[in-house]
Amino acid sequence: MTQQQTSSPHLRAARSTEEIMLRVLLALMPGIIAMAHFFGAGVFTNIIGACIAAVLCESLCLRLRDRPLLLYLKDYSAVVTAVLLALALPPYSPWWLITIGTVAAIALAKHIFGGLGSNPFNPAMVGYVVLLISFPVQMTQWTAPSSLAANPGVWDSLLAMIGSEAYDAVTMATPLDLLKQNDGFMVSALWQQYPQFGRFSGVGWEWINLAFLAGGVWLLQQKIFTWHAPVGMLAVLGLMSALFYDGGSSSSGGSPLFHWLSGATMLGAFFIVTDPVSGATSNLGRLIFGALVGLLVYCIRVWGSYPDAVAFAVLLMNFAAPFIDYYTQPKPYGYQARDTDK
Amino acid sequence: MTAIYSFHGGIHPEEHKTESNTSPIQAIPLPPRLILPVSQHIGAPAKPLVSIGQRVLKGELIAHADGPLSAAVHASSSGYVTAIEPRLIAHPSGLSDMCIVIETDGRDEVMSTMPHPDWKSYDVHELIRLIRDQGIAGLGGAGFPSAYKLNSDGIHTLIVNGVECEPYITADDRLMRERSELLAQGIHILQHITGAQNVLIGIEDNKPEATEAVQTACKQQDWKVISIPTKYPSGGEKQLIELLTGQQVPRGKIPADLGIVCQNVATAAAIAQAVIKGQPLTSRITTLTGACIADKGNYEVRLGTPVEYLLKYGGYSREQNQKVIMGGPLMGFILPNLEVPVVKTTNCILAPSKTELTSDARSQACIRCGHCAEVCPASLLPQQLYWYAKSQNHEQLKAHNLADCIECGACAYVCPSALPLVQFYRAAKAEIKEKSIEQRHADIAKARFEARQERLERDATEREATRAARKAEAKAKAQQDSRFAGEEDPVQAAIERAKAKKARLQQYGEPDIANSKLEELKAKLERAKFGLEQAKANGKEEKVLTALSASVQRLERLLHSEQASQTQEPFE
Repeated sequence: MTQQQTSSPHLRAARSTEEIMLRVLLALMPGIIAMAHFFGAGVFTNIIGACIAAVLCESLCLRLRDRPLLLYLKDYSAVVTAVLLALALPPYSPWWLITIGTVAAIALAKHIFGGLGSNPFNPAMVGYVVLLISFPVQMTQWTAPSSLAANPGVWDSLLAMIGSEAYDAVTMATPLDLLKQNDGFMVSALWQQYPQFGRFSGVGWEWINLAFLAGGVWLLQQKIFTWHAPVGMLAVLGLMSALFYDGGSSSSGGSPLFHWLSGATMLGAFFIVTDPVSGATSNLGRLIFGALVGLLVYCIRVWGSYPDAVAFAVLLMNFAAPFIDYYTQPKPYGYQARDTDK
Repeated sequence: MTAIYSFHGGIHPEEHKTESNTSPIQAIPLPPRLILPVSQHIGAPAKPLVSIGQRVLKGELIAHADGPLSAAVHASSSGYVTAIEPRLIAHPSGLSDMCIVIETDGRDEVMSTMPHPDWKSYDVHELIRLIRDQGIAGLGGAGFPSAYKLNSDGIHTLIVNGVECEPYITADDRLMRERSELLAQGIHILQHITGAQNVLIGIEDNKPEATEAVQTACKQQDWKVISIPTKYPSGGEKQLIELLTGQQVPRGKIPADLGIVCQNVATAAAIAQAVIKGQPLTSRITTLTGACIADKGNYEVRLGTPVEYLLKYGGYSREQNQKVIMGGPLMGFILPNLEVPVVKTTNCILAPSKTELTSDARSQACIRCGHCAEVCPASLLPQQLYWYAKSQNHEQLKAHNLADCIECGACAYVCPSALPLVQFYRAAKAEIKEKSIEQRHADIAKARFEARQERLERDATEREATRAARKAEAKAKAQQDSRFAGEEDPVQAAIERAKAKKARLQQYGEPDIANSKLEELKAKLERAKFGLEQAKANGKEEKVLTALSASVQRLERLLHSEQASQTQEPFE
């Protein structure tokens, strides 16, 4: 009797890639709900549109690459990418904008490099940056939060999605825009002048960021990723904003709380910077990777020409990840002398 | 209570110990045939001492230890040697190895033993030799010859390994519960041999009964029985040393360099039996477990018992295409065949049902999630090793310390993409090893070549020297002759002529060399022409013919140009 040969171990923990991806999707829920609360149904149309485009694009790429469709589709990585991209887009984006972004993320950023696991850059961020550079007008029109202007209904959201001119959402400058364009106002005066500012950062934005933070903390507790990258990013972002707060003067870059709870900070810290594929490998490497993302986010937000910077910061650091890996390889067993008693 | 340290990584798989650790150790009846491999340990195979047809008794030495890193093999029952030949053995490679086959006669006659109850009065080296000759090798799973480990100076700490961290296996657990006295005697002997002042006995905290039994047996001693948290692979030698002493065995060193010797509990008990009672190692405790086994439990199995026999006794119900594993689910290997024998390292035979262990799920892409790095007890980066192993990047594999991988399987256990990581590492290690062997062969060849060159040069200079000496002698003689004859020196004249010729040659080139070149070209051309004819006659391919005729043409051209250049020379 001859038996088949496979190598040890013969036992594996139950957790699978799809399970990890599904947990990430679940952890995004609080943030998605908060966003929908403040920006309306356009958040969902974005997500649904991006998911459909992503699954179609992923299927096509897999077919072209002659890979088994079902096995790869069920890892949900394409869906995660789509949702992350959709959340980064302004709500009520037209279908073509969503599709171009998704195709850039899935086909250009992922499959061209060899599919899941081989992409050097974060796919969702590549999709976002492609859109931001190509369609700056559409990409910078953020809907006003629900407390400042009525959100469009479901029907209007669908109209907006098919690109109909019949509907035009009420858009407003985001708090990050306002702070960037601030010309001569003290921070407190700026706060009084614009209704977009809330308690700590923007109206709605602070809650959205807190919701993403909650989801991220849950993932951390679930040990989906380690604390190093998010803590590194948030710590340096906070440090930088504290250093350049300048007492809230007219040249202030904004307070740490403002930066932590503005724009894509928490989404980035827990769902983008933690992407294992395009990030650094070791725990120390992740800490450095996150810290440098935080540094870049602050620099670009305050001194650069874009109001939000997570996508650029992450992509720039993706370049540096192999370099960080090279210098942060952990010492294996037997290489360090540890409290030798004799 | 000694402080417990920790080591990096580790996993907590389901233990599955209760299936087999509730019933006492049972003996297995005598099988009709025993197959005893001469290599049941790490190191040099034992040398067979018996011949076919010879009758042997239980405990009789049938193969002796060959060198210090080896262990003897003894007959595990009485009977006749029927074969000494390569047989399939319990090894993941599925390869055969030399085995001594004994047809048992059912009498189980025991060879007279030589007990040493007064072992304390024996010289340490004598005891070490005794342990070697009684065939003791690490029973924990590695099979390292115990005598070799004990033969080191400056030992201050003896670590007794009763961790048994791998799921399903409970052989050491039952041994500690039932034979703690024997174990204590073994530890005594080990302490006496090594001269260790500290004795640390590490037992995982999922074995409270065993811990208690050992504590009771060791009450009189100042040994420390340490309960350590259940975590795989705490039972690995390096991990246990770090757990109990906080020290890491530096790379390229052995525990003895830190003054530490580590022995498994079953090995210690076997040493007690071997020394005090004089009984060589002829059986061991093996856990028989898994859903396909009716009578799960621990069995005292004679070495050489075919696995098939053991399974049958345990009420094995075979499932279609189902694997049987020797060892545990994390480091064990699938048996190539059920006729292979139980050997000194066989701590467990696991016959799982199809659904019991992980089915062979299809691997997905590595997403570099890094869970593997978090659990790696060697603090390696398994995800990086995986990429480099896949691309056969040996340089990077070495830079990422592949050699320090202990193949515990923790990385593959947690891998969400179900990658067979350990398999990749094993293959890469084998490749690197092969390459280094090749490199060594190349180095040897190079050294040999260089030595030859040197010798040739030396010979040439020596010849030159003798020639010069002879020449000088001849010259002296000639001078003498000419003095007597009063004539012109013929040697001198010849030298003069040669010098004149050389000068002429230098002036006008060397016709001889040119001529020989011409001859050579002609010969080559002839050969090429002949080859072309042959090829035509044999009906070779068009491509071959074209190539041949091209070379003929090329040679013709060369010949012409050579001839043309020579006609211009003044000598022609």
